[in-house]
Amino acid sequence: MTITRRQLLILLPAAAVAWESVLAGTPETSPNYTMTDHWWSMLIDIPKCIGCGNCVRACQAENDVPDGFFRTWVERYHVDDWHLANPQVISPDGGKEGFPVAKEDEGKYFFVPKLCNQCADSPCTQVCPVGATFIAPDGVVLVDQKYCLGCAYCVQACPYGCRYVHPQKKVADKCTLCYHRITKGLTTACCEACPTGARQLADLKNPNDPIHAFLKTHSVQVLKPQMATGAKVFYNALDGSVR
Amino acid sequence: MRIFKDAGHLFRLAGLFAAGTLLFLVIRSFIVPRSFGQYGHYRGAAIAEIAAHPIHFAGHQTCETCHSDIAQTKSGGKHAQVNCEACHGPQAKHADDPSIDPGKPDTAVLCVRCHAASAARPNDFPQVDAEQHAGGVPCQTCHQPHSPAIGAGGAK
Repeated sequence: MTITRRQLLILLPAAAVAWESVLAGTPETSPNYTMTDHWWSMLIDIPKCIGCGNCVRACQAENDVPDGFFRTWVERYHVDDWHLANPQVISPDGGKEGFPVAKEDEGKYFFVPKLCNQCADSPCTQVCPVGATFIAPDGVVLVDQKYCLGCAYCVQACPYGCRYVHPQKKVADKCTLCYHRITKGLTTACCEACPTGARQLADLKNPNDPIHAFLKTHSVQVLKPQMATGAKVFYNALDGSVR
Repeated sequence: MRIFKDAGHLFRLAGLFAAGTLLFLVIRSFIVPRSFGQYGHYRGAAIAEIAAHPIHFAGHQTCETCHSDIAQTKSGGKHAQVNCEACHGPQAKHADDPSIDPGKPDTAVLCVRCHAASAARPNDFPQVDAEQHAGGVPCQTCHQPHSPAIGAGGAK
């Protein structure tokens, strides 16, 4: 069979279109989990946090986070009387092994657990030049580590300092809100390990989630609201000195 | 057609352009991952890949399917809301294969992590100066960790 030049020119684009559709394949489906049915967030109840560091250790164990790097960490604030603008903040090894004993004095102390705020308008996903980080349809900000170049633009863009470049993989890494757990109906490792219930995973799309009643009756704040990141980690009783 | 007279070079250029476009599309179809753009400007398959990571914490519901007696003891005590793996650490391997030793938590480290007296902790949270309180006697001599109030569940 011979193909004329004219036939070839007609056939090639048709073949390219067909090949495209073959490559696209069928979308992968996860059993019993529909992404669009969820909109994940977390509630942090500051008065309940005792600074034990369980969440930090649990996160490192669950997600193989290298030493010295943190997907979640705990900060201890000490605000001396009225000096809200100059809090003393410590976080020894991310609070992994707890905190040194504090002596009673004029000031006040409190713990602030931090993690990725799972922003709905996240600066980190906006700056990624290759589409390696993204907001999944269920509201979780994830990193495609096979696609990431390790340029670290996102590390600089995150106003909360929640990202780092993995020292071995050389790609961006961050809290996935234990995506491998929440899609299986489990809670996050940090919430599972928190002894006081200071951290609660919440699904804003689930009308029966206790977060709705909580938000109705408590003064709740997100970190750096002026940055309009659409942060979805809600802090109860957050002090004005927290950055 | 008079209009196309002397336009041969334009057709050749257009043909070259079309061939270039075609080449671009073919190369692009090989380079761009198949699921890119499925949900947005990213590789859709990455979501399933991240969701497939192995779990390390089994979750207290899993623990309680076998250790219902401990769950019972715990439910009436002060540690009712403290999940198993908060003290026992990640136990997914033990849950998958009960013959794997879950290890015994070290109460000397664990108890004080939460209960060592510190002005930084919330006032209503039970805390002690371990040295003053017990003088080196291990916590579990008096307090049964699963239900720590003295007399509740008994000393172990």
